Amino acid sequence: MDRRDYLKTMCVAAGSTLVGKNLAAQVTESGPAAPEQMAVLVDTTRCLGCRLCEFACAKANGLPEPDPDVDITVARNTSPSQWSVCTRYDTEKGSVAVKRQCMHCLQPACISACLTKAMHKTPDGAVAWDGDKCLGCRFCMISCPFDVPKFEYDSPNPKIQKCVMCWERLQEGKKPACVENCPAGALKFGKRSELLEEAKLRIYQNPDKYVHHIYGEHEAGGTSFLYLASVPFEQLGFPTNLDSTPYPEYTKEFLYAVPLVLTLLPPLLLAINKATGGEHEEAEEHSIIESEVR
Amino acid sequence: MEATSIRILKPGSEIRRITRFLLGELKPKGRILTPFNVITALIMLTGIVLLTIRFIWGLGSITNLSQDYPWGLWIGFDVITGVAFAGGAYVIVFMVYILGQEKYHPIARVTVLNGFLAYLFYAGALLLDLGRPWNVINPIIGNSFGVSSVLFLVAWHFLLYMLAELVEFSPAIAEWLGLDRIRRVLKAMTVGAVIFGITLSCLHQSGLGALYLMAKTKIHPLWYSQFIPVLFLVSSVFAGLSMVIFEGTITHKVFQHRVGAALHRSHDQIVLGLARICSGVMFVYLFMQLLVFVHERRWGYLGSGWGAWFLLEIIGLTAVPAALFLYAFRHRDLKITRVAALFTLLGIVLNRLNVSVISFKWYAAERYFPSWMEVVVTLAVISAELWVFRWIVNRMPVLDTALAGEARRLTLEREARSAA
Ligand code: SF4
Ligand code: SF4
Repeated sequence: MDRRDYLKTMCVAAGSTLVGKNLAAQVTESGPAAPEQMAVLVDTTRCLGCRLCEFACAKANGLPEPDPDVDITVARNTSPSQWSVCTRYDTEKGSVAVKRQCMHCLQPACISACLTKAMHKTPDGAVAWDGDKCLGCRFCMISCPFDVPKFEYDSPNPKIQKCVMCWERLQEGKKPACVENCPAGALKFGKRSELLEEAKLRIYQNPDKYVHHIYGEHEAGGTSFLYLASVPFEQLGFPTNLDSTPYPEYTKEFLYAVPLVLTLLPPLLLAINKATGGEHEEAEEHSIIESEVR
Repeated sequence: MEATSIRILKPGSEIRRITRFLLGELKPKGRILTPFNVITALIMLTGIVLLTIRFIWGLGSITNLSQDYPWGLWIGFDVITGVAFAGGAYVIVFMVYILGQEKYHPIARVTVLNGFLAYLFYAGALLLDLGRPWNVINPIIGNSFGVSSVLFLVAWHFLLYMLAELVEFSPAIAEWLGLDRIRRVLKAMTVGAVIFGITLSCLHQSGLGALYLMAKTKIHPLWYSQFIPVLFLVSSVFAGLSMVIFEGTITHKVFQHRVGAALHRSHDQIVLGLARICSGVMFVYLFMQLLVFVHERRWGYLGSGWGAWFLLEIIGLTAVPAALFLYAFRHRDLKITRVAALFTLLGIVLNRLNVSVISFKWYAAERYFPSWMEVVVTLAVISAELWVFRWIVNRMPVLDTALAGEARRLTLEREARSAA
């Protein structure tokens, strides 16, 4: 009797403290982004494809200098040693260059995947990675809808590599290195809400120049990198099958069910156990033993 | 009474007795140079060499993992499939300790042992896959809980569940060591551990499915749905029970001398009973798959090669064995039960790999295929588990409660002697 009551209390306690309390914390954490969420507006109609942003990124983040002769007309992807890459796409309106990097989602899948909070948001809204916490489980890579985090498979001390929006520079009041070094004004840094206004204004003032879609406004619940373009985004290699659901929503139901199961299932099992008279089991085993020993 | 006081007065002698006993038990039993031993030993040695390479030069040195495929065979098969196969433990203890179905009692121990070892080795294989395993302590000691992570929950539930299973199995260890008083204490904890264990199992069996919820756009629509967790949970029931049937068949041949009269007498009945449960749960599962199929409007995909692959899994390796189980139960046919169990296991392997590896990034230009080294490491993990399983079954009262009685009788005799 006592043992069972004890157990019950234990389970309830474990359920509510371990999961319930923290879940509450999690909900507030991944709630709508703070108003001061910083962002970058990428206007691909202005981009020259000069790749200066790539070189600036490498320099600012201590990455190896990119190969200046690489062919940028075949689709390129970021890599463990390159956080930002520029690709030229052949589109219905000719060649369009696009810079790609982490989208810095408002409610990032990678953060909700990370079991150690190695992936985290800085106060400016940049999504950064902390090597002292990361296990290298690569669940962030499984979850990120843009396939951004990259892993160093050839290192015994592998890191997750991805754009961190130069969060340290932001804290010094500077802009991200790529934005600062763009000679064409294709990149603009600022508050996300203001950049959204600006993007809408550009579309409004030049309705023929742009497709009427700001990529990143709603995708995956909204991102901090916002894109303008003259052609539909699937021609520029963007995933266009993402809806506006923020990624943490996909697992929220399951996570909410956990404390419920932890608190409701044990008492239920206990009740069934009592109803079926589970206690006889000990006695019976004894008799089996006795009979077989003889 | 007297025996008690003597034991308390001389704890040293008891410890000495156990040490001597343990040293004796460490010696191998049976022939050493069997084909099984030679082959598995070679596999394990190769595995150790490969893992050394892996830890010196990184995961890329022995695996085919890539930026597109961060999880491969080790996660998809060892962890995701292995844990589904280990589901038998929570189902059997549910039937025995919660529903009070004594019929299944004789296989409870061996199933729990199998489950425990499966978690220890296959979930343990997770560590081999971690890029920065020295940080593994972070989500455990609490300096950075990522509680919004499904993986966080799964990891914790693995740990706690292993503990629960250890408690469930511990009376066997106590009997083996002849520690009767401790045995009684441990035995008293069984029901608590069982209840805790079943709860955790339900959560992490479904949790393994929930890991893939955020991979919404990466898994082929025939396999992705928001119901993956429920499907994983339900299928873990018949996956686990089929494994129990399958393992039981082998165990009975290999460990004939260790099988007790109680188990021997009732084994066929048990297997047929499990067959009935399997077919029942499998029909429920198939019905759920049908609902999901309709809900997700999957008709359009059936025409493709993926459609055929999907039907192979659902019809060929789930519906067919479900029917076979039913037939076998009706006609009391053990052979067909075993065939059905084998089919079911293949179906589960296919299902878990389809979600985690095969249909993952089905559109990718460069598909993942495991390297031979990943396969060898997986085989090494399985070999190590089999060795430990054999060691335990050959020593502890696992397949035979009468052995427990024997151990108890010896203890009582010893106590009587020391009292005299
Ligand atoms: S794009 Fe991917 S890595 Fe970047 S914040 Fe979003 S989920 Fe995280
Ligand atoms: S690899 Fe590191 S950053 Fe990514 S989810 Fe795992 S612990 Fe978090």
